[in-house]
Amino acid sequence: MKVRLLDLAHARSGDKGDTANVGVIALEPRWYPLIAEQLTLNRVRDHFKGIITGDVERFELPNLNALNFLLHGALDGGGTLSLKTDAQGKVFSTAMLRMILDIPDDRAAALGLPAAPVP
Amino acid sequence: MSSTPDKIIRVASGQGFWGDWLDAPRRQVEGGPVDYLMLDYLAEVTMSILQKQKERDPKMGYARDFIGAMESVLPAVTDRGVKVIANAGGVNPVACAHAVLDVARERGAAGKLKIGVVTGDDLLPRLDELIASGHALTHMETGQPLSTVRDRVLSANAYIGSTPIVEALARGANVVVTGRSTDTALTMAPLRHEFGWGADEWDKLAAGIIAGHIIECGAQCSGGNCMYDWRNIPDLANIGYPIVEARADGTFTVVKHPNTGGRINVPSVSEQCVYEMGDPHSYITPDVVADFTTIHLAADGENRVRVFGIKGRPATDKLKVSIAYRAGFKAVGTLVYSWPDALEKAQLADRVLRQRLDTMGLTFDSLLTEFVGVSSTHGPLAVSPGEAPEVQLRVGVRSPDRKTVERFTREIAPLVLNGPPSVTGFAGGRPKVEEIVAYWPALVDKTVVQTRVEVLS
Repeated sequence: MKVRLLDLAHARSGDKGDTANVGVIALEPRWYPLIAEQLTLNRVRDHFKGIITGDVERFELPNLNALNFLLHGALDGGGTLSLKTDAQGKVFSTAMLRMILDIPDDRAAALGLPAAPVP
Repeated sequence: MSSTPDKIIRVASGQGFWGDWLDAPRRQVEGGPVDYLMLDYLAEVTMSILQKQKERDPKMGYARDFIGAMESVLPAVTDRGVKVIANAGGVNPVACAHAVLDVARERGAAGKLKIGVVTGDDLLPRLDELIASGHALTHMETGQPLSTVRDRVLSANAYIGSTPIVEALARGANVVVTGRSTDTALTMAPLRHEFGWGADEWDKLAAGIIAGHIIECGAQCSGGNCMYDWRNIPDLANIGYPIVEARADGTFTVVKHPNTGGRINVPSVSEQCVYEMGDPHSYITPDVVADFTTIHLAADGENRVRVFGIKGRPATDKLKVSIAYRAGFKAVGTLVYSWPDALEKAQLADRVLRQRLDTMGLTFDSLLTEFVGVSSTHGPLAVSPGEAPEVQLRVGVRSPDRKTVERFTREIAPLVLNGPPSVTGFAGGRPKVEEIVAYWPALVDKTVVQTRVEVLS
């Protein structure tokens, strides 16, 4: 079943120099293990391919049911150097939440996941 | 300095950055009980702006909004004993303190103020001496030594911790003005002062830092910019800024005044916890290294979140230094193209513009095109806009050479008459050329920085 990350998590992002950070927090604590399993380093690297120029780092915060990603080379130099509308990485959060996950039907049903709307 | 287990100290956040809601400080001291009001004014490049102001007028160089804020909370400070801690001093904390005293004098309240002034963070006068004695002040991301931009440096300030603020409070200050204190120290210092936490009680110090992190961006933890259930967050127009109710054991509760808008719940506080986070295991401050993977949050009634379990480790022997330097020029031009085929028109205009810049032989360090309404924030992740009613073409350039950037700014308006059709939104005139003041983060040995505390009354 296709599930939107948007329906499983909320997020906030910010900047440190040319790096954007994206914190992803499970909307329901019971969904955190699934999110942690799905949002692998490679998955997030792929998601932001062509959007950032550097690598991705990934950290787990099970205490907050959250993951933190550092997206390097995300901000055209960052801070005052950046020419981007989103020079401070404020909406990389919602860019992350565009991710669509493919979850086996039985698991999705067991966790009560909302199905992605059919486009 | 009693520290009975049931003693509670309330630290209120009244300003998350210079430019935040002018009314917030007064609302915080009038809306209910608070012991301390914490005001954070300094962003990364603020120091350089203030340095420029001080060069023009030696009496300037601090966050002037703070003087208005002090005026609005003065009765609470002089009559009810609320103490104020702010890093509004910028590059001129002494002048800032005198400006506050002037305002108090006009109100006949100067006798009731004792202003602690923290200095010593300003490394600009000592920069050459530091470089000569082997402090390379290497850029933390690029690894380049500061000597590569030394002649363009505008300001250099060490991020200092809570210790000098604690000293000012111990000497009886009811207002403390600092320069480049860390944002978190402004909350941590009153807790150390009130509870007598030792400089090696790492878990408690880490709790103080995380309390500071949660409230340092003002309403961003109490319903502002909150993605979780945003439609149903009540009364944002009347949003309550956060307050930490801290206890001696290092646990605290995040609350706001009654009859205010916004919302404090586990999701709203979680969002602020992850804001601008690096490696969550090591949030490095001058006072302590805090571990964000030990933060525990629990709902504690309506608009109350209890925070506990926090662990910390010994501080490092370095301080971060915030250096600002001139880094060339930039300009951004925009035009709006309307339906039908808005995106195609904007794309054609971009190609025409780039060809003209190319023909003139203009080259830039960066030339960035965005299509606002289509892909400016999410790039290729965004779905196709279909029949967008309008698209804004937004082109930015950056160069070390002012003339190159200036020439670019003259190439936007002509497109209105000699480019693709149905274009508007150029009433603002030619784009402005801006000098870029960039940020250079570095580390320096702690022993190099000596802070001083002066108490004025």
